[in-house]
Amino acid sequence: MTTVVAPPRAEAKEPPPPPAEPRHLPRWAWALIVIGVWIVVWAFTKGQDTLTLGAREHTQLQNDLTEFRNAVLASRDTNPFIQFTYQLGEWFKEAVEWCQRMISIPDFPRPVPQIGWLGVTAVAVWIGLAVAGWRIALLVAASFVSFGLFGYWSDSMDLLIVTFVSVSVAVLIGMPLAVLLGTTSRLGNSIINTILDIFQTMPTFVYLLPIVLFFGIGASAAVVCTLIYALPPLIRIAGHGIRSVPSTTIEATDSAGQTSWQRLRKVQLPMARKTIVVGLNQTIMAALSMATIAAYVDGPGLGQPVLQSLFKNDVGGAFVPGMLIVVMAVMLDRTTTAASEASEKAARGRINMRQRRIVLAVAAVPVLVALWMSRFYTWAAAFPENNLGPSVADAVNSFTEWFVDAFGGATEWFKNVITEALINPMQSLLAESPWYVTATAIMALALVLGGLRALMPTVICLIGIYIFGLWHDAMITLTMTMVGTVLVMVMALVFGVWMARRKSVDLLLRPLLDAGQTIPPFVYLIPMLALFGPTRFTAIVAGVIYAAPVAIKLVADGVAGVSSSTVEASRSTGATTWQEITKVQLPMSKGSIVLAANQGLLFMLSMAVIGGMVGAGALGYDVVLGFSRSEEWGKGAAAGITIVLIGIMLDRIARAAANQDPITHNPTRRPWWRSSMG
Amino acid sequence: MRNTRNGWMRGARAVAVVACVTVVAACGGGSIEEQTQANEDQAAEAGGECGDLNMAVNPWVGYEASAYVVGTVAQEELGCTVNYKDLKEDVSWQGFGTGEVDVVIEDWGHPDLEKKFVESKGGDGSATDFGENGNVGIIGWYVPGWLAEEHPDILDYKNLNKYAKDFATSESGGQGQFLGSDPSYVQFDEAIIDNLGLDFKVVFSGGEAATITAFEQAQKNKEWLIGYFWEPQYIHAEIPLEQVKLPPYTDGCQDVPAKVACAYPDTPLKKFVSTDWSESDSTAVGLVKNFKWTNDDQNLVAAYITSDGMSPEDAAAKWVKDNPDKVQAWLG
Repeated sequence: MTTVVAPPRAEAKEPPPPPAEPRHLPRWAWALIVIGVWIVVWAFTKGQDTLTLGAREHTQLQNDLTEFRNAVLASRDTNPFIQFTYQLGEWFKEAVEWCQRMISIPDFPRPVPQIGWLGVTAVAVWIGLAVAGWRIALLVAASFVSFGLFGYWSDSMDLLIVTFVSVSVAVLIGMPLAVLLGTTSRLGNSIINTILDIFQTMPTFVYLLPIVLFFGIGASAAVVCTLIYALPPLIRIAGHGIRSVPSTTIEATDSAGQTSWQRLRKVQLPMARKTIVVGLNQTIMAALSMATIAAYVDGPGLGQPVLQSLFKNDVGGAFVPGMLIVVMAVMLDRTTTAASEASEKAARGRINMRQRRIVLAVAAVPVLVALWMSRFYTWAAAFPENNLGPSVADAVNSFTEWFVDAFGGATEWFKNVITEALINPMQSLLAESPWYVTATAIMALALVLGGLRALMPTVICLIGIYIFGLWHDAMITLTMTMVGTVLVMVMALVFGVWMARRKSVDLLLRPLLDAGQTIPPFVYLIPMLALFGPTRFTAIVAGVIYAAPVAIKLVADGVAGVSSSTVEASRSTGATTWQEITKVQLPMSKGSIVLAANQGLLFMLSMAVIGGMVGAGALGYDVVLGFSRSEEWGKGAAAGITIVLIGIMLDRIARAAANQDPITHNPTRRPWWRSSMG
Repeated sequence: MRNTRNGWMRGARAVAVVACVTVVAACGGGSIEEQTQANEDQAAEAGGECGDLNMAVNPWVGYEASAYVVGTVAQEELGCTVNYKDLKEDVSWQGFGTGEVDVVIEDWGHPDLEKKFVESKGGDGSATDFGENGNVGIIGWYVPGWLAEEHPDILDYKNLNKYAKDFATSESGGQGQFLGSDPSYVQFDEAIIDNLGLDFKVVFSGGEAATITAFEQAQKNKEWLIGYFWEPQYIHAEIPLEQVKLPPYTDGCQDVPAKVACAYPDTPLKKFVSTDWSESDSTAVGLVKNFKWTNDDQNLVAAYITSDGMSPEDAAAKWVKDNPDKVQAWLG
């Protein structure tokens, strides 16, 4: 056997190395050689030792995990730790419910909340004016009115409340940790970073049941699961900001004899303020993206109508609250960004403070009037009912129906081509090779692409995947992630370059990209299912919708960042547009493209669980199964851990391959990892 | 300086105008205090015999229909404060012990959960079996109506292999595709297919929404589809689905999961409640204990919600109004 396997080292498939570098084969050529050898080995060994595990079979480790959870559950009345966390959950619940009675639900015996929509809107607009100026105030006004106009006032307020409570707690816990991350040694840094990676890639469905066990159902569970997901960006980005304060500044102030507390408070925190705000911004966005997941455990907010519409197959009904989540995300994003810019300006004394105070004081008068009215008058307390929400929902439903009817045939063809040409061959290679062959090939690829730096984590992660007993499913999920990333990168290159070269395209596409990133995937799952049926391809498309915006933005920013004088120079030599793009703009934005690919991979992976809900099977299905049936929890947890391991492996390989490109290391350029789903 | 001053004057004037207009407009409203008073009176009258009723709402429309009908009656007739909680099954059962969930109104059979929470099954005793709710769950293999019409012999499992190729999809690797459904449902399809020697492969849709969409599209576009489906389910009111005959169910034929080669049994759906709540003096205990209705009743309310686009509250209220005798029987 071995003699048959050995010769193909001189595979014909290996492309001729470019003549310019005759001595060293480039990395991609080595990678192709590895893949060539892998294919030959696969041809002789496929189907052996694939470690397939049946739908309802478990390994011992998975059973142990289930048993462990059962033991914790059985001890809930006596376990002091659960008593403690439960009390904590009660406090979260009380905080949320108090806010709800203030602004979102009737405070019995009143038929309405203490403060009606008019008062809340007025206060919000005033805050917008105070922190970020009149443009933002207008945006805030428009957003709040749209919450009421579309008929989701109370759900919108609930989502705001949950976000507010979770982000407040995140700041309380996160800032000390960020300081720790910003001041600790390099080793401590990489340990904290790995822990944050785990938090961010672990699918929420895995820890949703334990959260309910420890913190209770409803608002408390919503706050905690949002908190877990939203905390890492703050710690990571704020920590980076604190670390990036120039050492010369610190030395200079140290020489004045300050204590380390003074140094932190007077120098490091103020100088990192801008980055900290970016972290806060990302935390808020991450919190919003948990809205629909939290609805699975009765978390209040806009996620509830989205989920309820999903199980009625009512696309329009899910679309309206889904879009309001987008509106809220855009509003909070622009407000925090503008607020940080405004405070920067104020700190430099560019704003007339006295004038500003007067404006705010005058503006406070109508706010107080509105507050007062919203307490006493029905029309100002409960948003007047109207038909806008349902009619938009109907329009969306008929549009979806028309779209599915009109394009059903074409999409079927596209699905089959991608499935036959990309998914099936890749899946066969990855999942049908014996596990040791696939493992060896992945390790070889890691070594070729990223050197020893990449090999180490790859080996550790592969061992982990093997131990948790879902190797075959893991390889199928990996395949779908890779295929999706290929599609994402094609889109990123086409649209990214287009956006960078045409300002008008950029203006047109950005809002769409923002929406694609923040809209809950549940909104578009049903049209996807109608077009493509419950298949792996559907899962990939859903992932691409979520992952492509990030990649497109990164490529667009990278290409736009190529200095215009370089482009001018190439133009003067008579380069065509095509040459200009391929020889100048793309090579010069290589760092951004690699980063885009890295993010694309991780975002695709984060949609694995969504994939499990639309027929993709594999790890995503295992996670959903574990969430749905208590006896399968251990398997679901194993699948979740496996997703984390795949994520860390891909990330480390991609980063090592990017030669420690500075961009890939800057966490402010590293959007939060995972989706609203999972 | 002059300019800013003028700006200020204008701003102040504008504010004054806005304030005046809003105050005038405000005079039109003003019933909040009356309603507050009314609510207080009503609360005093009801005497708080019922208190809170925490109703789990599991994510399917039929369940929603049952939950809101019981909730509406509890609220209107007994003066309960009903809290609907959107939860999956597992989470609902966990809530029995903590007082967060009082009632699960439709349970399709969760032996593992019963083992954990029902005392007679060895659990911690936080859940109590409150009997059947009158609905009968029918699980089976279904094909879209058009297929049954054009190929009537497809409704017998013995003829399925003849059509296996027609059921093939991009996911089924050359065999016929059998569409499995949500992971949380009871199912033995792989075993049945193996043991009956059928040339099919089970592909899991992963969720109810995915399954419903697949059947809707199949009926509309005349596509080949066979899969796991069930009744009561509102979609039966919208598209025709036909059940494929499997070898009949006999007692014990599903005891060994790997050896199953028979149809699914009809499942009487049950009510489970929190033990603490069932021992409390809430007047809603009797209502939940007595609640019983038919598949047709549930399908009707479910159709109000889905086809007619009514809110669950309105749909339940309509049914309650139209069926006073049934409601009276529950209140006993």
